[in-house]
Order: sequence, then structure tokens, then C-alpha cells
Amino acid sequence: MSTPTLYGLCAAVLIGFGVYGLIVNPQPLRKILAFNVVGSGVFLLFGAIARRGAAAGFGGDPVPQALLITGIVVAFSATALAVALLLRLHDEAGSVTLASDVPPAVPPAVAPDSDAK
Amino acid sequence: MTTTPGGLLLVLAVLVPFVGVLAGLVLGGRNAQRIALLTIVAGTGIALGIAVSYLNLGGAVVYLLGGWSPPLGIALRADGLSIVMLVAIAVVICGIGIYACADFSTPAGQREARAPFTFWLLLLAVWGSLNLVFVSGDLFTLYVALELLTFAGVPLVCLDGRGETLRAALRYLIFALLGSVLYLLGAVLLYGGYGTLDIALLAARVGPEPVAWAAAALMTTGLLAKTALFPLHLWLPPAHAGAPAAASAVLSALVVKGSWFLVVRLWFDVMPAVVTFSSAQLLGGLGAAAILVFSVVALRQERLKLLIAYSTLAQIGYLFLMFPLAFDVAARQLDGGGALAGGMLQAISHATAKAAMFMAAGSIYAALGHDRLVGLAGIARALPISVLTFAVSGVALMGVLPSGAYLAKKLLLDAASGSGQWWWEWVLQAGGVLTSSYVVLVLARALGRSEQTLQLKNSVSRVAQSAALALAVCSLLLACAALGPLPRTLISNPLAPSEIASLLLTVGGGGLLAFAFGTRPSRIPGSDAIGGGFVNADSTLRRWPVAGISLLVVAALFGWTLVAAR
Repeated sequence: MSTPTLYGLCAAVLIGFGVYGLIVNPQPLRKILAFNVVGSGVFLLFGAIARRGAAAGFGGDPVPQALLITGIVVAFSATALAVALLLRLHDEAGSVTLASDVPPAVPPAVAPDSDAK
Repeated sequence: MTTTPGGLLLVLAVLVPFVGVLAGLVLGGRNAQRIALLTIVAGTGIALGIAVSYLNLGGAVVYLLGGWSPPLGIALRADGLSIVMLVAIAVVICGIGIYACADFSTPAGQREARAPFTFWLLLLAVWGSLNLVFVSGDLFTLYVALELLTFAGVPLVCLDGRGETLRAALRYLIFALLGSVLYLLGAVLLYGGYGTLDIALLAARVGPEPVAWAAAALMTTGLLAKTALFPLHLWLPPAHAGAPAAASAVLSALVVKGSWFLVVRLWFDVMPAVVTFSSAQLLGGLGAAAILVFSVVALRQERLKLLIAYSTLAQIGYLFLMFPLAFDVAARQLDGGGALAGGMLQAISHATAKAAMFMAAGSIYAALGHDRLVGLAGIARALPISVLTFAVSGVALMGVLPSGAYLAKKLLLDAASGSGQWWWEWVLQAGGVLTSSYVVLVLARALGRSEQTLQLKNSVSRVAQSAALALAVCSLLLACAALGPLPRTLISNPLAPSEIASLLLTVGGGGLLAFAFGTRPSRIPGSDAIGGGFVNADSTLRRWPVAGISLLVVAALFGWTLVAAR
């Protein structure tokens, strides 16, 4: 197995983990982290493609590398925005659940895990 | 490929709004609004300038950044589709800008207020990102534009900073990020397969093979998640219904059009030969499901703004009906023409009409202090302009005479009968009836007589209401397109008996549906159970794990329809 293929497979595994996490994890912070894992997978795949497409005498195709940097910046700012929203939500509402139809006045004793919804 | 005359205007269309954002950010306070209004004037001029140079050239306006041509450089390109969207969006932004002056002025005696300051900057940011979506010539720039659009749209949801709107914004952001990462993955695969991301070069190189199938399925699904097409709509209703009126208008009329436009670009320009008959049917089928489910759910809503949010979801479905109709079975590829023209006309009709509708609802909300449908009786007497706006934009959405959407429906019906896909004719007609049902429902409530005199909580600016009305009228005036670029044979006689009959059928059928599903408890047996069933299905689909699995299922279905049935 060639090195780019190995990296490509690793990328696929990362993307799979990330998508799984995004779907099943109820906590927003974990969803944000899972998004970052998917993002890393995509970037790794792009890196592998850059290595595979290298012209003779080059270490890699430079175009994907330039795009990668931009992609990382975008993902970073997305994460920053999401975390800022999350902190604000925690300050405002006291919980960080994403469930839309939360009953407004549930006493905590009845629903101790309402944060995890 | 070289830079054409007027190419610099494409750069300005993107640059000017963002310069406005930065200048507003630095100068702060009241100046943000002044700069925004100045930028809106300048930007509208630029959009018109691009349209003029397009007409002069008789072809696409192109600008090569730094003088480097693709694949090494990046090209900005404005073809007919881009021009239509650029101008339409500029008009809508003007309307929203005038309307928002009433809601989002910095209060006297205050140096800076957070919500107005943020709103004006974000309005410009949304505009700049949308312009970038329309003029980008390569898939990666489009990715960046799409992300900018999300970043500008998300804070608009939570301008008032309440907990529930913050939650809606966070849901929107995370789901949109999932969508855009899928899009990026598809773009990366395309680069790996074909060594370029430029749309024109890709179109020449892409062929029906595994890498293109995977990329098409992933990118389409990601974009559908951002457009909130059924069943990937979990974020839209709370986000659009919770935002202030002017912000809802921006989100509903403009922001969803960005990712929708990208689907159009992808299917028609990048891979017209890769998509198959069954994949186009699948996309249209999701649209048809959206129209049916969300129209009924809209009828079951108790609040006006939620009703309009569900109407947006249903209308998004309508926008995807053009894909199966544009499929040329003989040539086995997507082909623009009448269906594409109809779809674009539908999109700009919806942009103008839906912005007007949300703004009218905002005026009603402001005047009454609530937007519960049962409390609307008598509002037609108190706020005649806003109710008229609602009625006019409702007519524009229904696709009855005389409106842009009527022409759009005509074009799509022609395409349906021309390609022998009769089932889409039924969907199109039923869509009109379903749309008219919730418009009739709201108007019936608003025109109702109230027992006691209506107490208005706030006075509403007449200028703001007129701006909304002007946008709604714009949507009707799009019917004038019949005099210009569209074929003359489209409407032979607008007063022919068949046209009048279809008008009566649409409005009458809508009235019946409104009577069946809009009143509770309903006097028609079984309709409560059916309506409740649709509402339950919607709330199940809006749960996060279900939406996530739907996303994977939609991606798999697209993959399957692209590979099999070829």
C-alpha cells in the first residue's frame, strides 16, 4: 500500500468517526469537536491528494496546500463562532441543550439529565 | 479566457459590501447604519452596472484575479443566472434596508446599541457573501463564500440574545457546518480526480465515473442540508421564526438562496452529464414532499411567524421541482431552457415575496405585541398596508395571475408536458393550492371582525410598511418578464376560461384546505388526525439523531441513483 493511500484511508476513518460523533453525541461541545474531527479528515485527504498529484521533483502539489490553509482558517473561525455562541447560551439559559422542544418549567428533580438532551 | 470590460465591477460587487462592514466596525455606533445605507446605494449601482455590461457584451462578464487564468488563477464570472440573482438580491436588500431603518435605528441619546450595530454590519456581510456565491468561478471560492454566508446569517438569528434564539442559532450553525464539510469533501474528491476546481474546466473533464458520483452525492447532500430541504430542515423553523422581522426577511429570502444557487451551479454547470434521470427525480421528489408536509404543518401553526417559516420550507421544495423537469431524457443530461428559466423566476419571486411577507408579519407583531393567529381579528382595519402586503405577496407565492410565480409555474408546466413527466404537473398545481391555503387562512383571520376594539401596543412606521408593500409589488411586476426575455407564446390569453378556472380552483381549493386543517377542532372528520400526523412527523424529523441519519440516507440515495439506473 502506498503512503498516500494509507493516509487516504486514515482520512476516511476520521471522517467516519466525526460524522458518527456529530449524529449521536447530544452535547453541543462534543458536536463542535466532532465537526473538527471531520474537518481534519477532509484536510488529511486533501494532503494525501496533494502528495499523490505531485509533479516530478516536487514534494507535493502546492495548490491543495494553499487551499488547505484557507480551509483550516475557515474551520477555526467556525469553531470559534460556535464556542462563543455556546458560552453565551450557557450564560443566558443556564444549560446548553440543543433540543428544541424543551419544556420550559421542568423541575430539576424530575429531569436531572435535561442538560444531556 | 481574458478579463472582459466591466469585469472590475465583479470585484467591486464583493469588495464594496465588505469594505462597508469594516468601515462600520471601525466607526461604530450610528455611523454603521449610515455606511450601510450608502453601501446599499453603491452596491445596487454596481449590480445594475454588471447587468448593463452583460447586455453590452452579450455574454458572461469575466474578471481574472491578478491576470492569471485558470487553472493556475481564479476567475470571477457572471453569466445570465448570476446577473438575475445579483440584481434581484440588490432590490430585496434595498427593500429590507428601508424597512429596517424603523426597527434598527440607534435610539436617540445612545452612542451605540448592540442589535442595530450588528444588524447593519451583518446585512452587508450577507450581501457581500451572496455576491461572491453568484460570481465565483471555482468550487473552493464557492466553499469560502458559503461559509461566509453562514457566519453572517447565524448571528442574525440571535440578534436579541434570548436563550431560545441562541439555541436556534447554534443548531443552525452546527448543522450548516456539517453540510459545508460534506460539500468540501466533495470538492476535494473532484480536485483529486480531475486536478482543477474551476467550473468551466471541470465541466469539460468530468465524466460518469465513481469519483464524480461520490462528489456529486456528497456535495448535493451538504448543500441540501444548508438549504433546509425536506428532511434536512431541523434548524430552519426556530431560526427563522425567532429572529427579528428584518433579519427573518434576510434569512428566508436571501440566505437560503445561496446554497440553493450552488446546487443549480453544480447540477447544471459542473456535472450536467453526470446526474441521472432518477437522481433528478429524487431531488424533485424531496421538493414535492417538502411542499406537501410543510404546507399542512404551516396550517397547523398558531403563530404567524412560524407559519411563514414553514411556508418558506414548502417554497424551498418548490425551487427544486425544476431539476427533474430540466432533464433531457433523449440526451441523458440536464439541459437548461424553459425549466431553468422557470426555476430562476420562481426563486426571485420567492425572494421578493417572502421578504415582504416577513416584514408585514413583523409590522403586525410590533403593532399587536404578539403574532398569534387567533388574535389577528381586526388587524386589517388597523394596519391595512401590512395586510395588503401579506395578501399581495401571498398571491405572488401562489402562482396565480398576475405574478412572476405565475409565469414560473407556466414555464415549469410547459417543461413537464414537453418532457412527458405528467406527474410533476400534478405536483405543481397541488403546490399552488397548498400555498393558497395558508395565505387564505391568515387573510380570513386578519379580515375577521373583532368583538372589542383592537388595542395597538406600538405605532408602526408607514415608511417601513410601504417598503414591504413595494417589494411585494415587485414580485407581481416580475410578470413583466413575459414582455422581455421570455417567449411570447407563453401566455396566449390571460383571461381565457381555462386560466380563470385554474385561478378559481387554486383559491377555492386553498380555502377548503384552510377550512379543513386550519380550524381546531376541525369540522371535517379525520382532518385533525391527518394534520396531527404531519406535525408529529415534522417534529420527529427535526430531532437531531433523526436528521443526522436522514442526511446519511439522502447521501446514500443520491449515490445509488447516480450509480444505478444509468
